[in-house]
Amino acid sequence: MNLEDIIQETKTYYCLECGKCTSICPVARYDSSFSPRLMIENALLGFGDELLLSKELFSCLTCYTCQKECPSDIDFPIFVRKARSMAQDNGQHGVCAHSGQLQSLARLMTSPVIKQKRLEWLSKEYRVSENSDVLLWVGCAPYFAPIFEDIEFNALDITRASLKTLNLLGIEPKLLPNERCCGHDALWTGEIETFKKLAEHNAAQIKEAGVKKIVFSCPEGYRTFKLDYPNYVDLRCEVLHISELLAEKIGENGVKFKEIKKKVTYQDPCRLGRHLGVYDAPRKVIESIPGIELVEMRHSGLESICCGTSAFTNCDSYSNMLRAERLCEAMETGAELLITACPKCQTHFRCAMVDKGEEHRSTPKIEIMDLANLVANAIEERR
Amino acid sequence: MMAEFEPQIVAFCCNWCTYAAADLAGTSRVHYPPNVTIVRVMCSSMVNPIYVLKAFEGGADGVLVAGCHHTDCHYIDGPVKCDATVDKLRKVLHVLGLEDERLRRELVAASEGVVFARIIKEMVEQLKKIGPSPFKVKTEALA
Repeated sequence: MNLEDIIQETKTYYCLECGKCTSICPVARYDSSFSPRLMIENALLGFGDELLLSKELFSCLTCYTCQKECPSDIDFPIFVRKARSMAQDNGQHGVCAHSGQLQSLARLMTSPVIKQKRLEWLSKEYRVSENSDVLLWVGCAPYFAPIFEDIEFNALDITRASLKTLNLLGIEPKLLPNERCCGHDALWTGEIETFKKLAEHNAAQIKEAGVKKIVFSCPEGYRTFKLDYPNYVDLRCEVLHISELLAEKIGENGVKFKEIKKKVTYQDPCRLGRHLGVYDAPRKVIESIPGIELVEMRHSGLESICCGTSAFTNCDSYSNMLRAERLCEAMETGAELLITACPKCQTHFRCAMVDKGEEHRSTPKIEIMDLANLVANAIEERR
Repeated sequence: MMAEFEPQIVAFCCNWCTYAAADLAGTSRVHYPPNVTIVRVMCSSMVNPIYVLKAFEGGADGVLVAGCHHTDCHYIDGPVKCDATVDKLRKVLHVLGLEDERLRRELVAASEGVVFARIIKEMVEQLKKIGPSPFKVKTEALA
Protein backbone atom coordinates (compact mmCIF):
# COMPACT_ATOMS: atom_id res chain seq x y z
CA MET A 1 0.00 0.00 0.00
CA ASN A 2 1.27 3.46 -0.79
CA LEU A 3 -0.12 6.95 -0.43
CA GLU A 4 -1.20 7.05 -4.07
CA ASP A 5 -3.40 4.00 -3.49
CA ILE A 6 -4.95 5.65 -0.45
CA ILE A 7 -5.70 8.78 -2.47
CA GLN A 8 -7.34 6.73 -5.19
CA GLU A 9 -9.36 4.61 -2.74
CA THR A 10 -10.66 7.62 -0.80
CA LYS A 11 -11.01 9.92 -3.82
CA THR A 12 -9.26 12.74 -1.98
CA TYR A 13 -8.19 14.15 -5.37
CA TYR A 14 -11.63 15.81 -5.36
CA CYS A 15 -10.39 18.18 -2.67
CA LEU A 16 -11.08 21.81 -3.64
CA GLU A 17 -8.68 23.23 -1.05
CA CYS A 18 -11.58 25.31 0.25
CA GLY A 19 -10.59 24.86 3.90
CA LYS A 20 -14.11 24.33 5.25
CA CYS A 21 -12.87 21.19 6.95
CA THR A 22 -10.21 23.06 8.84
CA SER A 23 -12.48 25.94 9.78
CA ILE A 24 -14.98 23.61 11.46
CA CYS A 25 -12.49 21.08 12.82
CA PRO A 26 -12.60 20.97 16.65
CA VAL A 27 -8.91 20.01 16.89
CA ALA A 28 -7.82 22.83 14.56
CA ARG A 29 -9.68 25.26 16.80
CA TYR A 30 -7.08 24.68 19.52
CA ASP A 31 -4.10 23.03 17.85
CA SER A 32 -2.87 25.52 15.27
CA SER A 33 -0.55 22.95 13.69
CA PHE A 34 -3.47 20.67 12.85
CA SER A 35 -5.10 21.20 9.49
CA PRO A 36 -7.08 18.59 7.57
CA ARG A 37 -6.70 20.68 4.42
CA LEU A 38 -2.92 20.75 4.79
CA MET A 39 -2.79 17.01 5.42
CA ILE A 40 -4.65 16.29 2.18
CA GLU A 41 -2.55 18.80 0.27
CA ASN A 42 0.65 17.17 1.48
CA ALA A 43 -0.62 13.83 0.25
CA LEU A 44 -1.73 15.19 -3.14
CA LEU A 45 1.49 17.11 -3.71
CA GLY A 46 3.58 14.03 -3.02
CA PHE A 47 4.88 15.09 0.38
CA GLY A 48 4.11 11.72 1.90
CA ASP A 49 6.63 12.02 4.70
CA GLU A 50 5.15 15.34 5.84
CA LEU A 51 1.93 13.48 6.43
CA LEU A 52 3.11 10.07 7.56
CA LEU A 53 5.81 11.20 9.96
CA SER A 54 3.80 14.00 11.51
CA LYS A 55 2.37 13.92 15.02
CA GLU A 56 -0.75 15.55 13.58
CA LEU A 57 -1.68 12.39 11.69
CA PHE A 58 -2.64 10.88 15.03
CA SER A 59 -4.39 13.99 16.37
CA CYS A 60 -7.44 13.63 14.17
CA LEU A 61 -10.47 12.67 16.24
CA THR A 62 -12.09 10.96 13.23
CA CYS A 63 -15.26 12.69 14.41
CA TYR A 64 -16.66 13.30 10.88
CA THR A 65 -17.35 16.99 11.50
CA CYS A 66 -15.25 17.84 8.44
CA GLN A 67 -16.82 15.35 6.07
CA LYS A 68 -20.27 16.78 6.80
CA GLU A 69 -19.06 20.21 5.61
CA CYS A 70 -16.91 19.05 2.72
CA PRO A 71 -18.38 20.10 -0.66
CA SER A 72 -16.58 17.13 -2.22
CA ASP A 73 -17.83 14.75 0.47
CA ILE A 74 -14.32 13.51 1.15
CA ASP A 75 -14.17 10.85 3.84
CA PHE A 76 -11.28 12.37 5.75
CA PRO A 77 -11.49 9.98 8.73
CA ILE A 78 -11.06 6.96 6.45
CA PHE A 79 -8.21 8.72 4.64
CA VAL A 80 -6.56 9.25 8.04
CA ARG A 81 -7.22 5.67 9.08
CA LYS A 82 -5.58 4.26 5.97
CA ALA A 83 -2.65 6.69 6.26
CA ARG A 84 -2.19 5.65 9.89
CA SER A 85 -2.03 2.01 8.83
CA MET A 86 0.83 2.96 6.50
CA ALA A 87 2.46 4.97 9.27
CA GLN A 88 2.21 1.99 11.66
CA ASP A 89 4.06 -0.15 9.13
CA ASN A 90 6.87 2.41 9.44
CA GLY A 91 6.84 2.25 13.22
CA GLN A 92 4.80 5.42 13.84
CA HIS A 93 2.00 5.12 16.34
CA GLY A 94 1.16 8.55 17.66
CA VAL A 95 1.50 9.46 21.30
CA CYS A 96 -0.49 6.78 23.12
CA ALA A 97 -2.36 7.97 26.20
CA HIS A 98 -1.70 6.25 29.52
CA SER A 99 1.69 5.17 28.13
CA GLY A 100 0.01 2.83 25.68
CA GLN A 101 -1.55 0.51 28.28
CA LEU A 102 -4.91 0.37 26.52
CA GLN A 103 -3.28 -0.43 23.18
CA SER A 104 -1.14 -3.10 24.84
CA LEU A 105 -4.19 -4.71 26.45
CA ALA A 106 -5.87 -4.99 23.07
CA ARG A 107 -2.80 -6.73 21.66
CA LEU A 108 -2.65 -9.09 24.64
CA MET A 109 -6.30 -9.97 24.02
CA THR A 110 -5.42 -11.36 20.60
CA SER A 111 -4.09 -14.47 22.33
CA PRO A 112 -6.38 -17.38 21.49
CA VAL A 113 -5.87 -19.16 24.82
CA ILE A 114 -6.62 -16.55 27.45
CA LYS A 115 -9.47 -17.27 29.86
CA GLN A 116 -10.64 -13.86 30.96
CA LYS A 117 -12.63 -13.12 34.10
CA ARG A 118 -14.98 -10.56 32.61
CA LEU A 119 -18.18 -11.44 34.40
CA GLU A 120 -17.31 -11.32 38.10
CA TRP A 121 -19.56 -8.26 38.45
CA LEU A 122 -22.57 -10.38 37.40
CA SER A 123 -24.55 -10.88 40.61
CA LYS A 124 -27.68 -12.94 41.20
CA GLU A 125 -30.06 -9.99 40.78
CA TYR A 126 -29.42 -9.99 37.01
CA ARG A 127 -30.97 -12.56 34.75
CA VAL A 128 -29.06 -13.93 31.81
CA SER A 129 -29.77 -16.90 29.63
CA GLU A 130 -27.55 -19.30 27.71
CA ASN A 131 -30.35 -19.85 25.20
CA SER A 132 -31.25 -16.29 24.36
CA ASP A 133 -30.86 -15.11 20.79
CA VAL A 134 -30.03 -11.63 22.09
CA LEU A 135 -26.47 -10.91 23.18
CA LEU A 136 -25.52 -7.99 25.41
CA TRP A 137 -22.02 -6.90 24.44
CA VAL A 138 -20.10 -6.08 27.61
CA GLY A 139 -17.05 -4.63 25.86
CA CYS A 140 -14.20 -2.99 27.71
CA ALA A 141 -16.19 -2.12 30.85
CA PRO A 142 -14.56 -4.78 33.11
CA TYR A 143 -11.15 -3.29 32.19
CA PHE A 144 -12.15 0.36 32.37
CA ALA A 145 -13.53 -0.17 35.88
CA PRO A 146 -10.12 -0.69 37.55
CA ILE A 147 -8.22 1.51 35.07
CA PHE A 148 -10.37 4.61 35.56
CA GLU A 149 -11.00 4.32 39.31
CA ASP A 150 -9.04 7.53 39.82
CA ILE A 151 -11.44 9.62 37.78
CA GLU A 152 -14.41 8.22 39.70
CA PHE A 153 -15.86 6.34 36.79
CA ASN A 154 -16.99 2.74 36.97
CA ALA A 155 -17.85 1.67 33.44
CA LEU A 156 -19.52 -1.44 34.82
CA ASP A 157 -22.30 0.81 36.19
CA ILE A 158 -23.37 1.26 32.57
CA THR A 159 -23.26 -2.49 31.93
CA ARG A 160 -25.25 -3.22 35.07
CA ALA A 161 -27.83 -0.57 34.20
CA SER A 162 -28.12 -1.91 30.64
CA LEU A 163 -28.66 -5.44 31.91
CA LYS A 164 -31.16 -4.31 34.55
CA THR A 165 -33.08 -2.37 31.91
CA LEU A 166 -33.14 -5.30 29.51
CA ASN A 167 -34.38 -7.56 32.33
CA LEU A 168 -37.17 -5.11 33.19
CA LEU A 169 -38.19 -5.17 29.53
CA GLY A 170 -38.47 -8.93 29.75
CA ILE A 171 -35.21 -9.70 27.97
CA GLU A 172 -32.73 -12.16 29.50
CA PRO A 173 -29.74 -11.80 27.20
CA LYS A 174 -26.75 -14.02 26.72
CA LEU A 175 -23.36 -12.73 27.87
CA LEU A 176 -20.08 -13.97 26.43
CA PRO A 177 -17.47 -14.73 29.12
CA ASN A 178 -14.48 -14.39 26.82
CA GLU A 179 -15.23 -11.46 24.50
CA ARG A 180 -12.25 -9.75 22.99
CA CYS A 181 -11.90 -6.02 22.60
CA CYS A 182 -13.97 -4.98 19.57
CA GLY A 183 -10.76 -3.56 18.12
CA HIS A 184 -12.11 -0.07 17.46
CA ASP A 185 -9.01 1.70 18.74
CA ALA A 186 -6.64 -0.69 17.00
CA LEU A 187 -8.47 -0.15 13.71
CA TRP A 188 -8.55 3.65 13.97
CA THR A 189 -4.86 3.92 14.91
CA GLY A 190 -3.89 1.71 11.98
CA GLU A 191 -3.03 -1.53 13.87
CA ILE A 192 -4.84 -3.61 11.30
CA GLU A 193 -3.28 -6.98 12.18
CA THR A 194 -4.35 -6.64 15.81
CA PHE A 195 -7.82 -5.59 14.69
CA LYS A 196 -8.19 -8.56 12.36
CA LYS A 197 -7.26 -11.04 15.07
CA LEU A 198 -9.71 -9.50 17.53
CA ALA A 199 -12.47 -9.47 14.91
CA GLU A 200 -11.84 -13.10 14.06
CA HIS A 201 -11.99 -14.17 17.72
CA ASN A 202 -15.22 -12.27 18.26
CA ALA A 203 -16.87 -13.49 15.09
CA ALA A 204 -16.05 -17.11 15.96
CA GLN A 205 -17.54 -16.74 19.44
CA ILE A 206 -20.67 -15.07 18.11
CA LYS A 207 -21.14 -17.80 15.53
CA GLU A 208 -20.77 -20.43 18.26
CA ALA A 209 -23.20 -18.55 20.50
CA GLY A 210 -25.83 -18.69 17.76
CA VAL A 211 -27.31 -15.30 18.62
CA LYS A 212 -29.28 -13.19 16.16
CA LYS A 213 -29.12 -9.76 17.77
CA ILE A 214 -26.32 -7.95 19.59
CA VAL A 215 -27.12 -4.99 21.85
CA PHE A 216 -24.36 -2.48 22.57
CA SER A 217 -24.06 0.12 25.30
CA CYS A 218 -20.93 1.44 23.61
CA PRO A 219 -21.27 3.26 20.27
CA GLU A 220 -17.67 2.43 19.35
CA GLY A 221 -18.30 -1.30 19.61
CA TYR A 222 -21.57 -0.80 17.76
CA ARG A 223 -19.99 1.13 14.89
CA THR A 224 -17.14 -1.37 14.64
CA PHE A 225 -19.45 -4.37 14.43
CA LYS A 226 -21.90 -2.68 12.08
CA LEU A 227 -19.62 -0.90 9.61
CA ASP A 228 -16.13 -2.38 9.98
CA TYR A 229 -16.49 -6.08 10.85
CA PRO A 230 -18.37 -6.91 7.60
CA ASN A 231 -15.17 -6.06 5.68
CA TYR A 232 -13.21 -8.67 7.57
CA VAL A 233 -15.51 -11.31 9.06
CA ASP A 234 -18.90 -12.86 8.54
CA LEU A 235 -21.28 -11.83 11.31
CA ARG A 236 -24.87 -12.45 10.17
CA CYS A 237 -26.31 -10.71 13.19
CA GLU A 238 -28.44 -7.67 13.74
CA VAL A 239 -26.59 -5.08 15.78
CA LEU A 240 -28.06 -2.11 17.58
CA HIS A 241 -27.42 0.40 20.33
CA ILE A 242 -29.38 0.10 23.55
CA SER A 243 -30.97 3.50 22.89
CA GLU A 244 -32.43 2.15 19.65
CA LEU A 245 -33.77 -0.94 21.40
CA LEU A 246 -35.29 1.23 24.12
CA ALA A 247 -36.85 3.63 21.63
CA GLU A 248 -38.46 0.65 19.92
CA LYS A 249 -39.77 -0.82 23.17
CA ILE A 250 -41.09 2.49 24.44
CA GLY A 251 -43.25 2.64 21.35
CA GLU A 252 -44.72 -0.74 22.29
CA ASN A 253 -46.90 -1.35 25.28
CA GLY A 254 -46.08 -1.61 28.90
CA VAL A 255 -42.94 0.44 29.50
CA LYS A 256 -43.63 2.65 32.48
CA PHE A 257 -41.30 5.24 33.90
CA LYS A 258 -41.24 6.86 37.33
CA GLU A 259 -41.15 10.61 37.34
CA ILE A 260 -37.69 12.17 37.46
CA LYS A 261 -37.79 15.96 37.75
CA LYS A 262 -34.56 17.06 36.14
CA LYS A 263 -33.29 19.39 33.47
CA VAL A 264 -30.85 17.46 31.34
CA THR A 265 -28.79 17.88 28.21
CA TYR A 266 -27.42 15.24 25.85
CA GLN A 267 -24.01 14.70 24.28
CA ASP A 268 -24.23 13.04 20.86
CA PRO A 269 -21.31 10.58 20.71
CA CYS A 270 -19.45 10.91 17.39
CA ARG A 271 -19.75 7.18 16.72
CA LEU A 272 -23.47 7.04 17.42
CA GLY A 273 -24.32 10.38 15.79
CA ARG A 274 -22.26 11.33 12.78
CA HIS A 275 -20.87 7.83 12.15
CA LEU A 276 -24.17 5.93 12.39
CA GLY A 277 -26.86 8.60 12.10
CA VAL A 278 -28.54 7.75 15.40
CA TYR A 279 -29.71 11.08 16.83
CA ASP A 280 -33.40 10.61 17.54
CA ALA A 281 -33.53 7.33 19.46
CA PRO A 282 -31.63 8.54 22.55
CA ARG A 283 -33.66 11.76 22.60
CA LYS A 284 -36.92 9.85 22.33
CA VAL A 285 -35.87 7.71 25.27
CA ILE A 286 -34.85 10.69 27.42
CA GLU A 287 -38.02 12.62 26.66
CA SER A 288 -40.21 9.61 27.46
CA ILE A 289 -39.32 9.92 31.11
CA PRO A 290 -41.93 12.11 32.81
CA GLY A 291 -40.48 15.16 34.53
CA ILE A 292 -37.36 15.28 32.37
CA GLU A 293 -36.76 18.50 30.47
CA LEU A 294 -34.25 17.98 27.67
CA VAL A 295 -32.39 21.13 26.62
CA GLU A 296 -30.05 20.98 23.64
CA MET A 297 -26.53 22.38 23.78
CA ARG A 298 -25.57 25.12 21.35
CA HIS A 299 -24.07 22.49 19.03
CA SER A 300 -26.13 19.35 18.99
CA GLY A 301 -27.03 16.51 16.68
CA LEU A 302 -25.04 16.71 13.46
CA GLU A 303 -23.06 19.67 14.81
CA SER A 304 -22.32 18.06 18.15
CA ILE A 305 -18.77 18.61 19.40
CA CYS A 306 -16.54 15.61 20.02
CA CYS A 307 -15.52 14.78 23.60
CA GLY A 308 -11.92 15.49 22.63
CA THR A 309 -9.97 12.23 22.47
CA SER A 310 -10.19 9.35 20.07
CA ALA A 311 -8.59 5.91 20.37
CA PHE A 312 -6.62 7.01 23.45
CA THR A 313 -4.07 8.68 21.22
CA ASN A 314 -2.62 12.17 21.18
CA CYS A 315 -4.60 13.19 24.23
CA ASP A 316 -3.10 16.54 25.13
CA SER A 317 -3.89 19.96 26.52
CA TYR A 318 -5.79 20.79 23.32
CA SER A 319 -8.06 17.81 24.02
CA ASN A 320 -8.69 19.26 27.46
CA MET A 321 -9.48 22.70 26.06
CA LEU A 322 -11.98 21.12 23.72
CA ARG A 323 -13.57 19.26 26.63
CA ALA A 324 -13.78 22.46 28.66
CA GLU A 325 -15.52 24.13 25.71
CA ARG A 326 -18.04 21.33 25.47
CA LEU A 327 -18.67 21.26 29.22
CA CYS A 328 -19.23 25.03 29.12
CA GLU A 329 -21.88 24.45 26.46
CA ALA A 330 -23.48 21.91 28.78
CA MET A 331 -23.45 24.38 31.69
CA GLU A 332 -24.93 27.13 29.53
CA THR A 333 -28.05 25.07 28.95
CA GLY A 334 -28.76 25.31 32.67
CA ALA A 335 -29.00 21.53 32.84
CA GLU A 336 -28.29 19.74 36.11
CA LEU A 337 -27.26 16.56 34.36
CA LEU A 338 -25.29 15.74 31.23
CA ILE A 339 -26.48 12.53 29.62
CA THR A 340 -24.00 10.62 27.49
CA ALA A 341 -24.53 7.44 25.52
CA CYS A 342 -20.91 6.44 25.28
CA PRO A 343 -18.53 5.20 28.02
CA LYS A 344 -15.61 6.84 26.23
CA CYS A 345 -17.29 10.27 26.21
CA GLN A 346 -18.03 9.87 29.89
CA THR A 347 -14.46 8.81 30.66
CA HIS A 348 -13.02 11.83 28.89
CA PHE A 349 -15.40 14.35 30.41
CA ARG A 350 -14.84 12.95 33.90
CA CYS A 351 -11.11 13.11 33.41
CA ALA A 352 -11.38 16.80 32.54
CA MET A 353 -13.51 17.48 35.60
CA VAL A 354 -11.28 15.61 38.03
CA ASP A 355 -7.99 16.90 36.71
CA LYS A 356 -6.51 19.64 38.85
CA GLY A 357 -4.07 20.87 36.21
CA GLU A 358 -3.55 24.44 35.15
CA GLU A 359 -5.93 24.30 32.21
CA HIS A 360 -8.70 22.82 34.35
CA ARG A 361 -9.19 25.61 36.86
CA SER A 362 -12.03 26.94 34.77
CA THR A 363 -13.48 23.60 33.63
CA PRO A 364 -17.10 23.53 34.70
CA LYS A 365 -18.27 20.62 36.79
CA ILE A 366 -21.54 18.99 35.88
CA GLU A 367 -23.08 15.71 36.91
CA ILE A 368 -22.69 13.10 34.18
CA MET A 369 -24.69 9.97 33.65
CA ASP A 370 -25.06 7.40 30.93
CA LEU A 371 -28.43 7.03 29.21
CA ALA A 372 -28.60 3.44 30.46
CA ASN A 373 -28.26 4.59 34.06
CA LEU A 374 -30.94 7.25 33.61
CA VAL A 375 -33.34 4.68 32.20
CA ALA A 376 -32.50 2.04 34.82
CA ASN A 377 -33.27 4.59 37.55
CA ALA A 378 -36.57 5.55 35.94
CA ILE A 379 -38.00 2.33 34.61
CA GLU A 380 -40.69 0.69 36.67
CA GLU A 381 -41.02 -3.01 37.24
CA ARG A 382 -43.41 -4.64 34.82
CA ARG A 383 -46.11 -6.66 36.60
CA MET B 1 11.32 -35.74 23.40
CA MET B 2 9.98 -32.33 24.50
CA ALA B 3 12.49 -30.11 26.25
CA GLU B 4 11.41 -29.08 29.73
CA PHE B 5 9.69 -25.70 29.81
CA GLU B 6 12.11 -23.01 31.01
CA PRO B 7 10.17 -19.95 32.16
CA GLN B 8 11.41 -16.47 31.30
CA ILE B 9 11.13 -13.89 34.07
CA VAL B 10 11.61 -10.16 33.65
CA ALA B 11 12.63 -8.58 36.93
CA PHE B 12 12.41 -4.80 37.41
CA CYS B 13 14.84 -4.14 40.23
CA CYS B 14 15.48 -0.85 41.95
CA ASN B 15 19.04 0.39 41.65
CA TRP B 16 19.65 1.05 45.33
CA CYS B 17 18.22 -2.07 46.95
CA THR B 18 17.10 -5.00 44.86
CA TYR B 19 19.65 -4.64 42.08
CA ALA B 20 22.36 -4.49 44.76
CA ALA B 21 20.85 -7.58 46.36
CA ALA B 22 21.02 -9.44 43.05
CA ASP B 23 24.65 -8.36 42.78
CA LEU B 24 25.34 -9.57 46.32
CA ALA B 25 23.79 -12.95 45.51
CA GLY B 26 26.20 -13.16 42.60
CA THR B 27 29.35 -12.21 44.46
CA SER B 28 28.43 -14.45 47.39
CA ARG B 29 28.02 -17.37 44.98
CA VAL B 30 24.41 -17.91 46.10
CA HIS B 31 23.01 -19.84 43.17
CA TYR B 32 19.71 -18.95 41.52
CA PRO B 33 18.25 -20.10 38.21
CA PRO B 34 19.37 -18.16 35.11
CA ASN B 35 15.78 -17.75 33.89
CA VAL B 36 15.66 -14.08 34.76
CA THR B 37 16.33 -10.88 32.80
CA ILE B 38 17.03 -8.06 35.23
CA VAL B 39 16.03 -4.54 34.27
CA ARG B 40 17.59 -1.95 36.54
CA VAL B 41 15.34 0.99 37.39
CA MET B 42 16.26 3.84 39.68
CA CYS B 43 13.21 3.23 41.86
CA SER B 44 10.49 0.58 41.83
CA SER B 45 7.96 3.43 41.52
CA MET B 46 9.46 4.08 38.08
CA VAL B 47 7.82 0.91 36.88
CA ASN B 48 4.94 2.05 34.69
CA PRO B 49 2.29 -0.62 34.05
CA ILE B 50 3.24 -0.48 30.38
CA TYR B 51 6.65 -1.99 31.22
CA VAL B 52 4.93 -5.03 32.72
CA LEU B 53 2.43 -5.27 29.86
CA LYS B 54 5.19 -4.98 27.26
CA ALA B 55 7.14 -7.69 29.10
CA PHE B 56 4.16 -10.01 28.72
CA GLU B 57 3.73 -8.95 25.09
CA GLY B 58 7.37 -9.84 24.56
CA GLY B 59 6.81 -13.37 25.85
CA ALA B 60 7.70 -13.16 29.55
CA ASP B 61 6.15 -15.92 31.61
CA GLY B 62 6.45 -13.94 34.81
CA VAL B 63 7.32 -10.42 35.93
CA LEU B 64 8.90 -9.41 39.22
CA VAL B 65 8.66 -5.84 40.46
CA ALA B 66 11.05 -5.46 43.36
CA GLY B 67 12.37 -2.52 45.32
CA CYS B 68 13.26 -1.12 48.69
CA HIS B 69 11.34 -1.71 51.88
CA HIS B 70 8.93 1.11 52.69
CA THR B 71 11.26 3.05 54.97
CA ASP B 72 14.39 2.57 52.87
CA CYS B 73 13.52 4.31 49.61
CA HIS B 74 16.19 6.61 48.25
CA TYR B 75 13.39 8.86 46.98
CA ILE B 76 11.32 8.62 50.17
CA ASP B 77 7.92 7.28 49.04
CA GLY B 78 8.64 5.18 45.95
CA PRO B 79 7.52 1.84 47.41
CA VAL B 80 4.13 3.28 48.38
CA LYS B 81 3.55 4.50 44.83
CA CYS B 82 4.77 1.21 43.41
CA ASP B 83 2.35 -0.72 45.64
CA ALA B 84 -0.56 1.35 44.34
CA THR B 85 0.55 0.87 40.73
CA VAL B 86 0.95 -2.88 41.08
CA ASP B 87 -2.37 -3.25 42.96
CA LYS B 88 -4.23 -1.51 40.15
CA LEU B 89 -2.35 -3.43 37.48
CA ARG B 90 -3.13 -6.70 39.24
CA LYS B 91 -6.86 -5.95 39.03
CA VAL B 92 -6.55 -5.34 35.28
CA LEU B 93 -4.45 -8.47 34.71
CA HIS B 94 -6.98 -10.45 36.77
CA VAL B 95 -9.72 -9.58 34.27
CA LEU B 96 -7.33 -10.64 31.51
CA GLY B 97 -7.22 -14.06 33.19
CA LEU B 98 -3.58 -13.86 34.13
CA GLU B 99 -2.60 -16.15 36.98
CA ASP B 100 -1.65 -14.32 40.17
CA GLU B 101 1.78 -15.92 40.31
CA ARG B 102 2.88 -14.31 37.08
CA LEU B 103 3.13 -10.82 38.58
CA ARG B 104 5.06 -10.68 41.80
CA ARG B 105 5.76 -7.67 43.98
CA GLU B 106 8.63 -7.93 46.47
CA LEU B 107 10.62 -5.75 48.86
CA VAL B 108 14.28 -6.74 48.87
CA ALA B 109 16.95 -4.74 50.68
CA ALA B 110 20.51 -4.40 49.41
CA SER B 111 21.79 -6.82 52.03
CA GLU B 112 19.24 -9.51 51.15
CA GLY B 113 21.10 -11.39 48.43
CA VAL B 114 19.86 -14.71 49.76
CA VAL B 115 16.25 -13.43 49.71
CA PHE B 116 16.57 -12.36 46.07
CA ALA B 117 17.89 -15.78 45.09
CA ARG B 118 15.06 -17.49 46.97
CA ILE B 119 12.44 -15.34 45.25
CA ILE B 120 13.77 -16.19 41.80
CA LYS B 121 13.99 -19.91 42.64
CA GLU B 122 10.39 -19.87 43.93
CA MET B 123 9.09 -18.00 40.91
CA VAL B 124 10.77 -20.36 38.48
CA GLU B 125 9.33 -23.40 40.31
CA GLN B 126 5.83 -21.90 40.34
CA LEU B 127 5.99 -20.92 36.68
CA LYS B 128 7.25 -24.35 35.68
CA LYS B 129 4.11 -25.75 37.35
CA ILE B 130 1.62 -23.37 35.70
CA GLY B 131 3.28 -23.41 32.32
CA PRO B 132 4.05 -20.81 29.66
CA SER B 133 2.31 -17.46 29.56
CA PRO B 134 -1.03 -17.45 27.67
CA PHE B 135 0.27 -14.43 25.78
CA LYS B 136 3.18 -16.38 24.37
CA VAL B 137 0.83 -17.95 21.88
CA LYS B 138 0.04 -14.50 20.53
CA THR B 139 3.66 -13.46 20.27
CA GLU B 140 4.54 -16.56 18.32
CA ALA B 141 1.63 -15.87 16.04
CA LEU B 142 2.80 -12.29 15.43
CA ALA B 143 6.41 -13.32 14.78
